[in-house]
Amino acid sequence: MFAFIVRRIIQATVVMLVIGFIGFSVKHQLGDPVRDLVGISVSVEEREALREQLGLNDSFFEQYGRFVSNAVRGDLGYSYFFKKPALDVILSKAPATIELVFVSSMLILLLSVPMGLYSAIYPKRFFSRLAMGVSIVGVSIPVFLTAIVLIYVFAVQLHWLPSYGRGDTVNILGWESGLFTIDGLRHLVLPSIALSSIMLPLFIRLIRAEMMEVLETEYIKYAWAKGLTRKRVWLVHAFKNTLLPVITVGGVQLGILIAFTILTETVFQWQGMGFMFLEAVERSDTALLVAYLVVVGALFVVVNTVVDIVYGLVNPTVTIASR
Amino acid sequence: MQLLEVKNLEVSFALRQGDLVALNDISFSLGKKERLGVVGESGAGKSVTGFAVINLISKPGKITNGEILFEGKRLDTLSEKEMRTIRGNRISMIFQDPMMTLNPVLTIGTQMVETLQAHRKISQKEAEAVAVKKLERVHIPSPARRLSQYPHEFSGGMRQRIIIAIALLTDPSIIIADEPTTALDVTIQAEIMDLLQELCNSEDMGLMLITHDLGVVAEVTERVLVMYAGKIIETAKTSDLVSNPLHPYTRGLMNALPGHGTCDTANRLQQIPGTMPNLTEIAPGCSFHPRCEHCQDICSSEVPQLRKISGNDSRFVSCHFAEEGWQNG
Repeated sequence: MFAFIVRRIIQATVVMLVIGFIGFSVKHQLGDPVRDLVGISVSVEEREALREQLGLNDSFFEQYGRFVSNAVRGDLGYSYFFKKPALDVILSKAPATIELVFVSSMLILLLSVPMGLYSAIYPKRFFSRLAMGVSIVGVSIPVFLTAIVLIYVFAVQLHWLPSYGRGDTVNILGWESGLFTIDGLRHLVLPSIALSSIMLPLFIRLIRAEMMEVLETEYIKYAWAKGLTRKRVWLVHAFKNTLLPVITVGGVQLGILIAFTILTETVFQWQGMGFMFLEAVERSDTALLVAYLVVVGALFVVVNTVVDIVYGLVNPTVTIASR
Repeated sequence: MQLLEVKNLEVSFALRQGDLVALNDISFSLGKKERLGVVGESGAGKSVTGFAVINLISKPGKITNGEILFEGKRLDTLSEKEMRTIRGNRISMIFQDPMMTLNPVLTIGTQMVETLQAHRKISQKEAEAVAVKKLERVHIPSPARRLSQYPHEFSGGMRQRIIIAIALLTDPSIIIADEPTTALDVTIQAEIMDLLQELCNSEDMGLMLITHDLGVVAEVTERVLVMYAGKIIETAKTSDLVSNPLHPYTRGLMNALPGHGTCDTANRLQQIPGTMPNLTEIAPGCSFHPRCEHCQDICSSEVPQLRKISGNDSRFVSCHFAEEGWQNG
């Protein structure tokens, strides 16, 4: 376990350095901070002095080094629009996005597993064929269209659910949460359905395909020959093997889910990181953009590490923990 | 009463092109403590016969005719739930490839305990104790420690021993071993066969040994069925069959054994010309006639019946010329 963690930390460091490099290059090439900072009345000499003072005349790698050392200390630059450190802005927006992604992932998990297993075990039943057909449609419709249709039907026409914002939130240890108020939960319904609309069909199909393959293996036939109950064969013997590839793909997909929040949050005016990111693009708030890149990159790394640990727990042939 | 009796068994696979008859009119029996060999080429229907007994034929295959009696009770008409009390309990199976048979993500202990708990009311602790005893029985060193290990931590031979131990857990009346040594190397093969034989002698079990290896059959079994293209073409006491095979196909198999009788390496091995026909294109008449060196006119027009050979009660051959004795053939 220790060796695994050390290896992981080294890998994560490399990944974060690369992400930081890309982010910094973008920032370096886009716009001129001096022009953003000063008015027209400032003379060329004064600009040069400021440039020197800000260290903008140093070489690219010197500046990158400075960027990294600042980032390590938690300084990801300053958002000119919010007049706050970029990291603070992002962290204040992160709970909204994380909650949205969390609820969507739960939705995906709780629906795709039973549906995937059912349609693998009974591929010829009506429900299975229906699930397969609907999932094809689900995969093909873009998220923002699903979101708009959901808003039109459930908010505009039926007035059942709110169409934008997070509603009432409670502050728990500095975390603005919408999970503990009725209003907050009501606001979560449509965005999380919209966000899961792409991944859910994908997961149903993935689980079904894997499960069908597993059901054909020798060890499943052997499990039948041992006289085990159907529940035992399906839910223990087959499902555990089905999980392995699903976990692998699932980890990557969870990351992609974060990317999709940009669309969903924009449609639902959800005050999260994705919404903030698009706004920052419009305002060319480069410090905020770079900070977003770094934070989401870090989130990716954490999620993938967790996935690898879970995979190791399920699959005994991968030894994470030295027994 | 025989332990297991199969009467006129027919198994067919419903394919798009129509029904494919995989087993055609198979009848045999297995007595208490008897060791029966089932021999034939790949695709002859050996494995299907074994799986048919516990009604576990891969889809779309199913039993379309005949009866299977276990201790006088019909098995083929049992419900799925009733059948489950027989499978793995009274009739255990050993599969061909030990590398593929055990579930890779469950410990040996789990896979043993669940088998016991599926058939007995027994606590985890007691079940583990039984498991350890059975692992000892198949000569697995330090069995208690092994329970928490996963299949990939064992070699092929060890895994096959564990599978045999699992088969023994419930003290079954019959063990059906489907090519138990095919996937193992030769020295391990011998160990596993010795073990099986020893267990049959001491544990009061019937053994149905499915294999393509006549050498193994000659060593282990008392009686043997030879299958070809979904039919039994010869059945006899193993000693009779080995010393005097009557069906031309059986004789071909015997001749194809290396060093049969002698250790003559100078002569080439004899082989049976051609290959076994696909089940969809079995020739009319005797299914073996296109490959038979003694083929006569009658062989391509009339299907030979499996009939008793005069002077030997346990000997049946389906060849028009079985009595001729092709001694020089």
